[in-house]
Amino acid sequence: MNAADEREPNDIELLLPWHAAGTLSVREAQRVEAALAHDPELARRYEVVREELGQTIHLNETLGAPSPRTMQALFAKIDAEPPRRPTLSAASLGMRIGTFFSGLSPRALAWSASAAMLAILLQAGLIAGIVLKEKNATGYETASAPAAIGDEGSFALIRFQPLATAIDITKFLETNNLSIASGPSAGGLFRVRIGEAKLAKADRDRIVKALQEDKVVGFIAITE
Amino acid sequence: MQTTSDEVLIGRIANGDRLAMQVLFARHHVRVYRFVLRLLRNEATAEDVTSETFLDVWRQAGKFEGRSAVSTWMLSMARFKALSMLRRRPVEELDEEAAGAVEDDADTPETALAKKDKGAILRQCLTKLSAEHREIVDLVYYHEKSVEEVAVIVGIPEATVKTRMFYARKKLSALLREQGIDRGWP
Repeated sequence: MNAADEREPNDIELLLPWHAAGTLSVREAQRVEAALAHDPELARRYEVVREELGQTIHLNETLGAPSPRTMQALFAKIDAEPPRRPTLSAASLGMRIGTFFSGLSPRALAWSASAAMLAILLQAGLIAGIVLKEKNATGYETASAPAAIGDEGSFALIRFQPLATAIDITKFLETNNLSIASGPSAGGLFRVRIGEAKLAKADRDRIVKALQEDKVVGFIAITE
Repeated sequence: MQTTSDEVLIGRIANGDRLAMQVLFARHHVRVYRFVLRLLRNEATAEDVTSETFLDVWRQAGKFEGRSAVSTWMLSMARFKALSMLRRRPVEELDEEAAGAVEDDADTPETALAKKDKGAILRQCLTKLSAEHREIVDLVYYHEKSVEEVAVIVGIPEATVKTRMFYARKKLSALLREQGIDRGWP
């Protein structure tokens, strides 16, 4: 053993076992690869590491497996445990949310994102409306939100295209002087007011047919 | 084919899903068993610790926060139980088992050297490392744990993980040298 062998190992040398096992980050692995390419002594030591890796796997693989007694003992104890009530831990909540979104198709996911964005924009509009109303008020006013859209008028059910953006939808509503009365309901349907008065069926059909042509509309039908 | 992730299984186990427990057990019990067997050097005790580890998984699944991989979490629990078991056992028993070492298909050092089977000697020397060095070598090489994961399992800083692995390897070289094999390192 010479003096060089007694020196403290550098960081790259310390990482060699993890590089051999393939558990380094991409950045670290690249650092090690670069060092190996330029340092023959380090490369020789890396071969020693790889030999250890192979023999450690060999050794562990010859250790066998536990007998069936292990599983029997475990499930006998589990069966003896008191029944548990469903829990909702922080982790399981996160997992459920993740599982829910991973189960959605890209189209459904895109639609959900649009619907969520639209809901945020509508809320923002509502708040802005309240603020402006208060700012422009000249006399005494009660601090109440604008009246919700009632049942008066003519309505249609709309489902927006999954890939329609919130900007497209907002523009569509403004251009056509439409107001969302409620929604989204199951299936992503919004109830939209298409006229402030009760229109004749022919007029409602004409409006709905025209709206159907817009690219953001996936489905539209007259409703009461 | 997409398999259910360990994290999803843990979520189901938290709600008492026995089938999810069976799937998780089938997926990990051999590795957990081998990890504790290398620490305990006794098959019956290793089986008990494996069973107890999975019972803790069943009981504590609702508390799993997902900060580490499920396998890392389980190995941490298995290690804790194995070390507790070691502390409870009399010293004489440990010495006898250490002398017997872990079952291995390797030849004795003398026979292996005669056959010039360097690999067999290396495996024999791996069984002679201290428990502290055995566990880190196994975690890195066999259980494929990153520096961060080993730090979580063993409960030491990441820098210590790296240096402990280095000294475990250095000890391995010393044991090999005693058997007449010089690896030229360190």
